[in-house]
Amino acid sequence: MASAVTIPPTARPKGRASFLSRVFSGDSMAQALALSCATLILVITALLVGELWVHSALAREKFGLRFLITSVWNPVTGEFGALPFIYGTVVTSVLALLLAVPFGVGAAIFLAELAPPKLSDAMTFLIELLAAVPSVIIGLIGILVLVPMLLIVVPPIKDAFGDHPPFFFSGPFYGPSLLAAGFVLAVMIAPFIISVSREVLLAVPRDMREAALALGATRWETTWQVVVPFARRGVLGSVFLALARALGETMAVTMVVGNTPKIATSLLSQGYSMASVIANEFSEAIGNLYPSALIEVGLALFGLTIVLNALARLLIVATSGQEAK
Amino acid sequence: MKQLRNVLAGLGMVVLGAFAQNLINGGGATFPYPVYSKWFNEYGKKTGVMINYQSKGSGFGVQQITAGTVDFGASDYALTDMQLKDFRDKRGMAVLEFPTVLGADVPAYNLKSVTAPLNFTPEALAGIFLGKITKWNDPELTKANPGVNLPKTDIVVVHRAEGSGTTFIWVDYLSKISKEWETKVGRGASVAWPVGLGGQGNEGVAGQIKQTPNSIGYVELTYVLQNKMQMGKVKNLNGEFVEASLASVTAAAAGAAKTMPDDFRVSITNAPGKGAYPISSFTWLLVPEKISDPGKKKAITDFLNWMLKDGQTMTSALSYAPLPKEVVAKEQKAIARIK
Repeated sequence: MASAVTIPPTARPKGRASFLSRVFSGDSMAQALALSCATLILVITALLVGELWVHSALAREKFGLRFLITSVWNPVTGEFGALPFIYGTVVTSVLALLLAVPFGVGAAIFLAELAPPKLSDAMTFLIELLAAVPSVIIGLIGILVLVPMLLIVVPPIKDAFGDHPPFFFSGPFYGPSLLAAGFVLAVMIAPFIISVSREVLLAVPRDMREAALALGATRWETTWQVVVPFARRGVLGSVFLALARALGETMAVTMVVGNTPKIATSLLSQGYSMASVIANEFSEAIGNLYPSALIEVGLALFGLTIVLNALARLLIVATSGQEAK
Repeated sequence: MKQLRNVLAGLGMVVLGAFAQNLINGGGATFPYPVYSKWFNEYGKKTGVMINYQSKGSGFGVQQITAGTVDFGASDYALTDMQLKDFRDKRGMAVLEFPTVLGADVPAYNLKSVTAPLNFTPEALAGIFLGKITKWNDPELTKANPGVNLPKTDIVVVHRAEGSGTTFIWVDYLSKISKEWETKVGRGASVAWPVGLGGQGNEGVAGQIKQTPNSIGYVELTYVLQNKMQMGKVKNLNGEFVEASLASVTAAAAGAAKTMPDDFRVSITNAPGKGAYPISSFTWLLVPEKISDPGKKKAITDFLNWMLKDGQTMTSALSYAPLPKEVVAKEQKAIARIK
């Protein structure tokens, strides 16, 4: 900008050259670049949906909406209904959120507000490392450590309920289950919640805390009634990120969920998830209808992600109200 | 400028061409992968021909060879008439199927109270996997195992979650011995299981069985031997209870060898013959009938000849049964059909 001021207008090259120099000087170039990046994301998403739509045509025509609400999945006879997979994906993801959100937000509050800075940095580093562990490793830990642990812990809890356990805790327990998948997912998504929430909490202006303390609030009152509500949007943002990860997670889930396409109310029974069935069956899917049905599962997963994200956004709008503005 | 581009393109073609002559691409079945990778490695050392194999499942092998994206495919089950027609429609020629080695599926279980191998009748296996036999002390099991104290516990069935050739062999056997299985469930690399938990891969099923008391599942023989799991004997057509081993699998193939059809598409589950293990199967390489590139054609036919001679001596060390002599002789003649 400074150079534009020092060069007298007559010294500028005329016509096309001056247009070019304006373009290359900064603003419009940066704008075009940023715009094209943003457009590219939209284009990629559109292409993705388009491909899924085109290649699932056979299954969509044959089954229509029935695909989403029936629960028979029989590759031999060519009957495909995706409801058990949708159910499994929703249940395991929601369970993971129920486990990971209180834990993750609590940990983030500790790291941002209470822990000494050195400890906080060291722990954050470790937590971010946890987020980088490949999911197949988490799945192996799930099979080799978590499931045997659950096999020890769950039966006594079940016995404590007596002869009539609640619906979500009934039936025989063999290890791989919706419960195990929920736990594994919770471990995988907690680092996202902790790491992002901590950043958001740290970004709350100092003035807010000082003002609250000056009014006589205790440290906990300051944290819980001032800092956390201020950061609520960011914290919820971290929860969405975690939810998206949980919905799409494939390998770790398929290793511990039991891979049985059925709808059971008990968390102890086996289930199946949408991403898992695609990963498990795609390479052996022979013929035309079978791969098409699996691609439609992919399309449905995309749809489910959009619906859940939209619901979550509504939740923010509904709860954030006045104070967060 | 244009000239330069032509030169570059020409150079690229030459480089690619030189590469292509010595590089063969294949893909498919995971079950014979250990022996295939040994073969490709040994063959490469000997001749300089690089064979690149993607072990992604039989279905992948069939899809890719039909689409023409690989030079050869590999599958644990012979192609169906529909798949052969599909291939002919898309590629305008036939596909040849060459058996390479033999393998077997084994009922593996976890019963602490039992030490000797349990005897399984076909009816017992079908009953368990249909969910009709639910206790270990069911008469069908106690009858076949006199003197064994079978517990009064529920049977936990474990099966493969992902589509797999191992599953195909197992359900092909069950379809042959049980009408009810054939009509209710049928054959396929993935089926709608009436009961059970799904484990991921041979190792997933094996791990699940080891972790779950009173469970039973089917695991590929090589895997069971290497992991020292409890495995059962299965009653064959002769009425003998036979344990899976290289010898008993070879015996099952010997029966089929005499009646081998010219296209080698044969299922040897429930094969007749003394000492034959009934849940055995060939696994196949899929090669198009016409290979236009003479370099590739030579490389593939040379490899098939080598595989039938030197290759067969390497299988036993990896727990795969070698092909019967009659089958080898027949295949050697069939190689000439590659044009």
